[in-house]
Amino acid sequence: MAHFTKATSLHDWLNQRLGIDTVRRVMATEYWIPKNINFLWAMGMVLAITFGLLLISGIFLLMYYQPNVELAFDSVNYTIMQEVGYGWLWRHIHGVAASVVFLIIYIHMFTGIYYGSYKKGREMIWISGMLLFVAFSAEAFSGYMLPWGQMSYWAGMVITNLFAGGSLHADGLVEWIRGDYVPAQAFLNRFFMLHVLLIPLAILGLIGLHFGALRIPHVNNQDGEEIDFEAEAAKYKSGDKAGSKVIAFVNDFMSKDMMVVGIYLVFFFYLVFYHYDFAMDPVNFDPADGLKTPAHIYPEWYFLWSYEILRPFSTDVGLIAFAFAQVIFFALPFLDKSPNAVPASRRGLFKYWFWALLIDMIVLTAMGKLPPEGIFSTIGLVAALTFIGLWIILPFITKMEKKA
Amino acid sequence: MKNSSRRGFMGKAFGAVAGVGAVASLYAMKRSWDPLPSVKAAGFTTLDMSGYKENELVTEKWRGKPIFVLKQTADMVEKAKKNPKELERLIKIGDAYYLVCLGLCTHLGCIPGYNPDEQSFLCACHGGLYDFTGEVTKAPPPRGLDIPPFKIDGNKLVLGEEGPEYKKMLEAGTTLRA
Repeated sequence: MAHFTKATSLHDWLNQRLGIDTVRRVMATEYWIPKNINFLWAMGMVLAITFGLLLISGIFLLMYYQPNVELAFDSVNYTIMQEVGYGWLWRHIHGVAASVVFLIIYIHMFTGIYYGSYKKGREMIWISGMLLFVAFSAEAFSGYMLPWGQMSYWAGMVITNLFAGGSLHADGLVEWIRGDYVPAQAFLNRFFMLHVLLIPLAILGLIGLHFGALRIPHVNNQDGEEIDFEAEAAKYKSGDKAGSKVIAFVNDFMSKDMMVVGIYLVFFFYLVFYHYDFAMDPVNFDPADGLKTPAHIYPEWYFLWSYEILRPFSTDVGLIAFAFAQVIFFALPFLDKSPNAVPASRRGLFKYWFWALLIDMIVLTAMGKLPPEGIFSTIGLVAALTFIGLWIILPFITKMEKKA
Repeated sequence: MKNSSRRGFMGKAFGAVAGVGAVASLYAMKRSWDPLPSVKAAGFTTLDMSGYKENELVTEKWRGKPIFVLKQTADMVEKAKKNPKELERLIKIGDAYYLVCLGLCTHLGCIPGYNPDEQSFLCACHGGLYDFTGEVTKAPPPRGLDIPPFKIDGNKLVLGEEGPEYKKMLEAGTTLRA
């Protein structure tokens, strides 16, 4: 048995039993972050804080929400919105955060793509991040079912129908997922379970993996420079803080990180109090009706780009294109054949590839919201083909790239 | 050596038992997600076919899904008779012809709307078009509107039961099993 001495303070008592000084050193004061970064490096903390907001607001919503097809709509739109004290606050935080979290995820992703932060030992950071993106997508979709409005019902119908696999006609699988011929009680209950338990558990585990994946390769920097973290950390600890290329996670980096978080939260709560309506589709304020389809069914803005890749094609081709769009980002570290881990601006053709992908996804998003008619259909088709084409040419243009 | 092989045996024995248990629990989990017997049993709807008016779409309900009933005008029947693929899709009760189909687009399951002037169905979700017999005239839908299992019983139609006329449609490939 380990030897314990009479504690001189509460801190010492805990330290003898839990090693809190070691934990603090390993996790915070001697976890090193490069100096050469910008505000885009704060998006991880912004995401963590937003997830916290979703969790806390979700706990309060959970206390009054009723996962029952007869009661769900009123429990949200009447009980929570009108009866529960400050119920509207939790709902608006939850709805706005669910939307904004995807904006930050996309910024976080495109930052990683731009600076090459998925290469040279950072592949697992990218892959665990993509798993988080999938988990957040499933979490957003399952949560969207819960108010049981028209958009909930019909989005549930359309998305579960995707699992029939087009001409495979796997209706048995679709009915199995729903637990009924159409979205009904069994469907609402199981998506409620997924939304409040199983997927959040997966997200927590994946966040752990994502942070863990950062540990050995460390955070990238603005020049993709390979830093000898041990040597730079030694410099910092010996007192040469100005000469060292790194700073401590706590307090140095955190103080700047929280500055960005502070600005973000001002913007976030401005949306919650004055512009929450952007995250609340008016169609979803009609109760679910299985005998009436809304005139236009479209997903929330963050799914529009992949929805638009599905839409311009016939069922089977559309499904294949859609499946391609869902998984292709996972393969980025392996499709990028260039050894250069530097900003896109110094990478020849990849610079144009990056901006073309970003613009194409914005075009897809815009077209996905518009009705599929006339010129919009054509633009959507071209943008969908461009998306697929960009990923096909990526290995070739990066292979040609010279060593920077 | 003796010890390690004994440990190895215990490990394998545990692995085997755990493996059987894992497969068994996966089966139980799969079964728990199946539609309940009460859901499956509530699957029959009887329609009285005498009340429908020509070229006026009525939406009925079967297994929670909308069912379109469209009594054909003499004009429509003439047009359908020129195209056997269209005529096959209609159900003849007495002297009248009816389109009875699931009111769910075969693309992704939205409900198409009927335009009595153009005698066609338009799905607003992705722009699919069907004619008055439910046959596709514009993609993305991969096939015509599905016809539910039915049995003709005098002037009545029982949905959910497979009569000889429905079985003929299945064999001819007019509809998939809905």
